[in-house]
Amino acid sequence: MQRSASRTAPYLFLSPFVLSFLIFGAYPIIRSMILSLYITSGPEAQHFVGLGNYRYLLQDPDFWTAFRNTATFAVGSVVLQLPLSLGLAILLNRHDIRGRNVFRFIFFSPNLMGLVFSALLFMLILAPKFGLLNAGLHALFGLPLTTRWLSTPALVMPALILVALWLYTGFNMVYFLAALQGVDTELYEAATIDGAGRWAQFWHVTLPGIKPVLIFVVVLSTIGSFQLFELAFLLLGNSSGPDQAGLTIVMYLYQNGFLGGDLGYAAAIGWTLAGMVLILAIVQLRLTGAGREER
Amino acid sequence: MRRTIVYGVLVLFSILCLVPMVWLAVSAFKANADFHAYAFMPPPDRLTVANFSSLFKQMPFLRFMMNSFFVAGVTVMVQLFFSSLGGFALAKYAFAGKKVIMGVMLATMMIPGPVLLAPMYELIYHLRLIDSHLGLIVPGMVNVFGMFLFRQSMQSVPDEMLQAARIDGCNEFQIFWHVVIPVSRPIIGAFCLIAFMGTWNSFLWPQIILQSSDRFTLPIGLNQMVGVYEADYGAMMAGTLLAVLPVVVLFFLLQKEFIAGLTKGAVKG
Repeated sequence: MQRSASRTAPYLFLSPFVLSFLIFGAYPIIRSMILSLYITSGPEAQHFVGLGNYRYLLQDPDFWTAFRNTATFAVGSVVLQLPLSLGLAILLNRHDIRGRNVFRFIFFSPNLMGLVFSALLFMLILAPKFGLLNAGLHALFGLPLTTRWLSTPALVMPALILVALWLYTGFNMVYFLAALQGVDTELYEAATIDGAGRWAQFWHVTLPGIKPVLIFVVVLSTIGSFQLFELAFLLLGNSSGPDQAGLTIVMYLYQNGFLGGDLGYAAAIGWTLAGMVLILAIVQLRLTGAGREER
Repeated sequence: MRRTIVYGVLVLFSILCLVPMVWLAVSAFKANADFHAYAFMPPPDRLTVANFSSLFKQMPFLRFMMNSFFVAGVTVMVQLFFSSLGGFALAKYAFAGKKVIMGVMLATMMIPGPVLLAPMYELIYHLRLIDSHLGLIVPGMVNVFGMFLFRQSMQSVPDEMLQAARIDGCNEFQIFWHVVIPVSRPIIGAFCLIAFMGTWNSFLWPQIILQSSDRFTLPIGLNQMVGVYEADYGAMMAGTLLAVLPVVVLFFLLQKEFIAGLTKGAVKG
């Protein structure tokens, strides 16, 4: 009797997941594919257009603006965040540094603010005249107090990248610290005996040692950056900023689906985004040879 | 000498990390007129609590906070129960279809959330859950990441313990509840913190389905304030400060478990 109980038990225990996956995972995925073949207005009226949404999307200048902005944000964030968080992790991994836990906590602490409330805070930090950023730049470099970060098209994306940098650098650092602690210290000793300097040790011991985590963080940051919405929406509002400088792919999806009521086009934008994210992940994994190494 | 440089760099970045948060705390007590006069800190005697009273007067701030607590509390509890139960099944039983379920879980984590927004809205609309807290809670009942987390940590519970409980006459659920859950406290703490932060900060989905202001959660309510009371910076910062506090408190309560949970995951990983 106990035998049969332990045979059915795992299925019972997993049934909430299976049920919720079927209703809120599998069904929406399929429905989303179907929906992307329709032009809709609101959740009720629908008109079949086949691949029309995708064809339209490829020539939609606004979509490409959104794509360019999102890609700029992703490249900017990853290129700035990763070396910085890796550098900080390496410094904090030195054994002769006191107060390592305090520094770790401080670097991680912006994460406690969370994305949404950070955006509300930075709305004032980025403001002209009384904003903290301008005041700081003025005090340090004598730059004008009137820089309008969020209404100057060329400055919108750098401003968003800056907020993301403040928010996520410490988070990535935690991953790198965990990875660094897994690197075999004997390798460093061997490298020192062989006469390898700090740079040589970094290239030949540290980097290969943390490679899996490095790839993981790069891929995840890129995928996350491509889903940028909250920062842009909260800091710039529905209008997505001057000259659409803050229009991101998810924001464009939101505008079409939930302000414009065309859920079909929104679904098509969603699948295009999913395709891009997938291609990016595959390219990054290929470039870094992650798949080859395991064989 | 080298060490001095290292400390210099670490201290510099600490300052850059902390300054925005200190500015938030100061600004919450800064009179609106003083925002222009003092970039960072006004003289201490000019600090005021007026922002907080204006915050409570201008909008149902307490209401927003209770809504956020309700939605986050229920979501975390439900997710905790289902994720730990599922994680236990995956960690401790061999059964047909296990690989399929793990594969599906991985695939679910790969699909970007925004892909599902349109059909999910449609679904919630047909279930008549638009503008309800249930519409926020129901789609997120199972946390796949949490299930992986629990599976990871529960694998280290010795089989002998489960076997002993079976001999003592426990059924499979009792084993989960009385044997496995008590020894999983660190990972439960870590999970609660992660899940709470996720729900507390959730913006896009509530923004889509909530309509009446008395149902708004904090992120939606505060953002609404930006448009309507544009010049009341002080109240905005007071609201943001209060909105962030619960996460900070929870972090300090669960800090030990959080770190223990993370290192456990890292060691096993």
